[in-house]
Amino acid sequence: MSAALAADAVSKRYGEREALRDVSFSAGAGETIAVIGPNGAGKTTLLSILGGVQRPTSGTVSRDPREVGWVPQQAAVYGKLTVEENLRLFARLEKVRDPDEAVARMLDQTGLRDRAGDELGTLSGGNRQRVNIAVGLLAQPDVLLLDEPSSSLDPRQRERLWEFVGGLARAGTTVVFTTHNVQEAERYADRVLVLADGELLFAGSPDDLHAEVGGDQRDFEAAFVRFLHERGH
Amino acid sequence: MRFLLEKDLRILRRSPLLVVLLVAYPVLIAVLVGLALSGGPDKPRVAVFSQLPEDSGTVNVAGTTVDPGRYADELYKAVDPIKVRSRAEAERLVRDGEALAAVIVPADLVDRIQSAVSLSGSSKRPTVEVLYNAEDPVKQQYVESTIESRVADLNRAVSEKLTSIATGYLGILLRGGDFSLFGQKFEVLGLQRSKALVDGVAAGEREGSPERQALERVSKFAQLAIDNLDLSDDVLDAVGEPVVVKRTVVEGRRTPLDAFAVAVAVTLSLMLVTVLLAAGMLALEREEHAFARLVRGLVSKTGLVAEKVVLAAVCALAATLLMTAGVSIFVSLDWGRAPLWVVALAFGGLAFGALGVAIGAAAREVRAASLLAILLALPIAFLALVPSGAVASGLYDVIRVVSACFPFRPALDAVDAAINDAGGLGTALLHLALLTVAWGAVARIGLRRFA
Repeated sequence: MSAALAADAVSKRYGEREALRDVSFSAGAGETIAVIGPNGAGKTTLLSILGGVQRPTSGTVSRDPREVGWVPQQAAVYGKLTVEENLRLFARLEKVRDPDEAVARMLDQTGLRDRAGDELGTLSGGNRQRVNIAVGLLAQPDVLLLDEPSSSLDPRQRERLWEFVGGLARAGTTVVFTTHNVQEAERYADRVLVLADGELLFAGSPDDLHAEVGGDQRDFEAAFVRFLHERGH
Repeated sequence: MRFLLEKDLRILRRSPLLVVLLVAYPVLIAVLVGLALSGGPDKPRVAVFSQLPEDSGTVNVAGTTVDPGRYADELYKAVDPIKVRSRAEAERLVRDGEALAAVIVPADLVDRIQSAVSLSGSSKRPTVEVLYNAEDPVKQQYVESTIESRVADLNRAVSEKLTSIATGYLGILLRGGDFSLFGQKFEVLGLQRSKALVDGVAAGEREGSPERQALERVSKFAQLAIDNLDLSDDVLDAVGEPVVVKRTVVEGRRTPLDAFAVAVAVTLSLMLVTVLLAAGMLALEREEHAFARLVRGLVSKTGLVAEKVVLAAVCALAATLLMTAGVSIFVSLDWGRAPLWVVALAFGGLAFGALGVAIGAAAREVRAASLLAILLALPIAFLALVPSGAVASGLYDVIRVVSACFPFRPALDAVDAAINDAGGLGTALLHLALLTVAWGAVARIGLRRFA
């Protein structure tokens, strides 16, 4: 599998504090990777660097940020604009060749065509998040970065979100997402990256993580907690 | 940038409350400032150069004594007088802003007043010269009214005496009697007796006859009446205003107060609309969490700063042009200078916009940005309106430096120059351009910690 996205020895410092320390990994086309870890582990910082929002203090990322779709945790769209206006604005800013076609495509993909004329401020959190993700997909990127995409969604909306993300991965899009819900990581990710205190502790499949801690844990979350504990976190 | 501008204008269109506030609030503030402008400092500092001798004497009017010194004392009570020893020193104090004005009293003031009321002196009227620093029409008007009201007190006292003299003259003209002029005594026939004589002439017109002599007397009276009517022009002038105030502007330019108030109100509105809009719209990008998405390659941070500055300047330009047009209904403005209004408001808007964006970059949310904008902008405006001479000269120098670092003072100068032809437009525009760049740079640096 060729690398659609690779990070090489990426580090990030904020003054004296080291948020990321020599993180390296690669992701293949169509692969889904979950980045998990305790609070303050550096998950959002890693995604911000991969998405070009922040620059690493050292290290490199293989992709130009403009080739990567980035979806922040909180919906980065305008509440006073309609769904369609938000999509059209970002399509134009992304310099998409045919903004109208891109808008129509995303309205269909997100199932929001009937809400196209509604202002974002009037939509539910789930629908806002769908628009937020749609904006990240307007330019049809090969790589999609999702920062805790399901955190504000109810179970039914989460199910629809992961169905949507799964469809993208099956179509060849590389998806890297962060989550606090490790069960989601086990269920929807091909591989997990475990970060703690800015350090990459593990990169492998959920089953590999189970095996790493002896495989006698009752579920993936217990295995994850045990893993962190064994590493001193 | 065009797409962002379209987006922001659309957001504004859908925020009617914000738009109403943006227009109504500046108007309210402008009205309050306008009211404030009608007042003035308690005791303006005024330099006084009196050339009157120690015992300058009094003026005798129809047997009554008037003491001009008493009215000078009244003036000194109304102002904070700085006694100086020369006209040059008085001019320097006014020019440097250490005094709001200077009063120059000539050595022969009392003699001239005496001449004016006695009809026996030269035609030169007694004159008090007042030197103004006209850089601020508010303080100029205040000092003018203070000094002129004191001079008016003196004039009223003298004119009351002159009125009684004029009444005596009229009595003589009507009934006849003795009249003294230039040391000679004349017997005045009077209109009543003249009528009787003329009536008598009607009886016969023979050469050398008494009737002929009577006609000659009537002729002399007529000549005398003509001569005295000629003199009465000066008398009447003197009755109206015995002591003249000569106004001399030693610094700045003359702008009528109402026209200056228009410039202040327009500039204040321009500042509030632009600063609030620029600060709020930039803070909105962060509040909507869109900032990070925009600057990851879609828009440069410098481009974002420029877009907000232009957006705020364009909106404020439209709002203040409308306001100026509205004001022109009440105050006469020269519409031929409208292109200069646009230039001044555009430059002012850009500078205020840059300041607003810098404020927006310092705040984390729209409400905080708006509050910060108000808290910062209003004191800057009021500071820029502090007249020289109202505070100690050292403090005033500090105020001038602080005011020069913010766009209000140069924007006011530019708007005043554009609306009232007060001069100095080019300098003010250059100042605003520099401030636009400087505050834009501050905003750009502030965006480093914005995401």
